Amino acid sequence: MSASTTDVDVIVVGGGPAGACAALVAARAGLSVVLLERGPFPGSKNMYGGVVYPRILDQLIPEWWLEAPVQRWVTRRSTMLLTDTQALTVDFRSEAWGKPPHNGATAYRPDFDHWLAGHAEAAGAQIITSTTVTGLIRDAQGAVIGVRTDRPDGDLTARVVIACDGVNSFLAKEAGLYEHTDAKHFTLGVKETLALPKEVIDERFGVRGRDGVDIEIIGATGGVNGGGFIYTNLETIAVGVVLKITKLGAQQQRPEQIIAALKQHPAIAPLVQDGELKEYSAHLIPEAGLKMMPKMTTAGMLVAGDAAALCLAAGIWLEGVNFAMASGMYAGETAVEAIAGGDTTATGLADYQRRLSDTFVLKDHRKLRRAPELVLSDRVQHLYPTMVANVVERMFRVDNPNPKPGVRRILAQERKRAGVRRRDLLRDGWTGFRSFG
Amino acid sequence: MSTVNPAEHVSAHPAEILAPAAWGGLSFQERMATAEFRIHHQAHIVVDGSVCEGCSTRECIVACPANLFVPTSDGGLVFNHEQCFECGTCYLVCNKEGAISWNYPEGGHGVVFRRT
Ligand SMILES: Cc1cc2nc3c(=O)[nH]c(=O)nc-3n(C[C@H](O)[C@H](O)[C@H](O)COP(=O)(O)OP(=O)(O)OC[C@H]3O[C@@H](n4cnc5c(N)ncnc54)[C@H](O)[C@@H]3O)c2cc1C
Ligand code: SF4
Ligand code: SF4
Repeated sequence: MSASTTDVDVIVVGGGPAGACAALVAARAGLSVVLLERGPFPGSKNMYGGVVYPRILDQLIPEWWLEAPVQRWVTRRSTMLLTDTQALTVDFRSEAWGKPPHNGATAYRPDFDHWLAGHAEAAGAQIITSTTVTGLIRDAQGAVIGVRTDRPDGDLTARVVIACDGVNSFLAKEAGLYEHTDAKHFTLGVKETLALPKEVIDERFGVRGRDGVDIEIIGATGGVNGGGFIYTNLETIAVGVVLKITKLGAQQQRPEQIIAALKQHPAIAPLVQDGELKEYSAHLIPEAGLKMMPKMTTAGMLVAGDAAALCLAAGIWLEGVNFAMASGMYAGETAVEAIAGGDTTATGLADYQRRLSDTFVLKDHRKLRRAPELVLSDRVQHLYPTMVANVVERMFRVDNPNPKPGVRRILAQERKRAGVRRRDLLRDGWTGFRSFG
Repeated sequence: MSTVNPAEHVSAHPAEILAPAAWGGLSFQERMATAEFRIHHQAHIVVDGSVCEGCSTRECIVACPANLFVPTSDGGLVFNHEQCFECGTCYLVCNKEGAISWNYPEGGHGVVFRRT
């Protein structure tokens, strides 16, 4: 396809972080770019936990921290292990994360995505909202040459289509890039945004000014495998759970019921008490990493962000926005080069895969490839929290007149009491060490 | 899928049984009222009740975070598209081919999460 025969150079589908970065890069290179978003504004359909790790933006928006719509800078990160009556917390603080270039930031997605898409627009990309892409247009050889939309006369052609249409990516599926879709590979995130006065949040979470907290929780989701989270915004907190969707039916537990139980836990209740529900929301997460990833390119099309299952969901890590921004950026760069070189076939676009492979996008996924399954396994979910909490409880318990028992004995006893086989414990420990170590 | 008014036909639903007022004091309707939905008259998701008749798992009823699949007293199912998060959970957990035909709503419609 030559430029004269297509409407534009690049069509980006989806105004999330992947789409905004793809459009930004392509527009800056001087290409004609249209970004299509089905919501009334970019970010309007998008929900997450919330913490963004924006360092990849150093390459696109220097000193982004001066202007990004941030709620709080995360200076305190905790991981909690819960049983019905116990809680073990590992708590870390860093002063450095409160200062530029920072580390994580809590932000509302409708704000953040809107801001990021604004940069693409400023670079010359045309952003068309309230427009749903309904399918691909392909030539006789099967190459993607455009998209259909739900507008009257809504067909639009381009030399490259970048599909950033999120977790359900009907475009990647239509292009045949996914071999199959397996419900086991998805988790459902549900969240409550609770309003509390800023001073109350500061006091309860032990922070000041713009400093904020990120809490990841294991063992908080009843019989349904998953995890929980609490994040602090300026005047709200986000409380939610991430749930294996295939387990909900089996356990006959509803999502909002699991949040309600989490909020009642003795270690959580004091943090969320009196919070007034501002918004209830839900969204899927592609959870299985490398196990579910599609082919990233086909003739005329690239896939980025959640559409390509690039979200990193590995227990204490839940990062997707940074992976979306980076893959969108690399997709944009690849499209620019391919168009300049006059080859937008699968071969011409093949460099995208290399860019992903050579950077954190696929390197982190390869390193943590065993983590999602381990973290969601029945042992980590249902047996280990009890075992670990009981060990710690016995170490701290002063049971006079009895003397303190030896740690090794406690370990062995609690392992047996929790019904954990030594072999499994060693194997999981080794898998964890290789993944996270 | 019949066009009956769901409110007249629902039996006690898991969401009401499992999330009593004691948990946060909000009814499910009050919970859903906190999210904004720009409703389109045309349903973006259509459920074919005749296919559901042979379904033993009925996972959609428990898994849908918006609680839009509601069992009826006669063992059937009513679905209402209006307060849908467009998440995709239902078509993924449903293992009956053809029960759910799932699309995004027309551009500009459906759920809108809030800006500050
Ligand atoms: C509960 C939960 C918690 C999370 N927590 C975190 C976290 O703390 N930190 C983090 O970094 N990540 C987190 N994530 C993951 C993160 O939200 C995603 O990885 C990220 O949003 C992916 O960005 P994206 O641009 O690929 O897709 P999306 O943000 O989903 O954007 C896709 C866009 O495409 C549009 N679209 C889709 N289809 C069409 C169509 N046919 N036509 C037009 N437009 C279309 C959508 O409206 C949307 O705007 C979380 C996710 C969930 C669900
Ligand atoms: S799971 Fe599918 S077939 Fe079963 S009741 Fe729900 S929609 Fe119908
Ligand atoms: S898409 Fe999500 S919210 Fe909508 S009906 Fe299906 S499960 Fe419910």
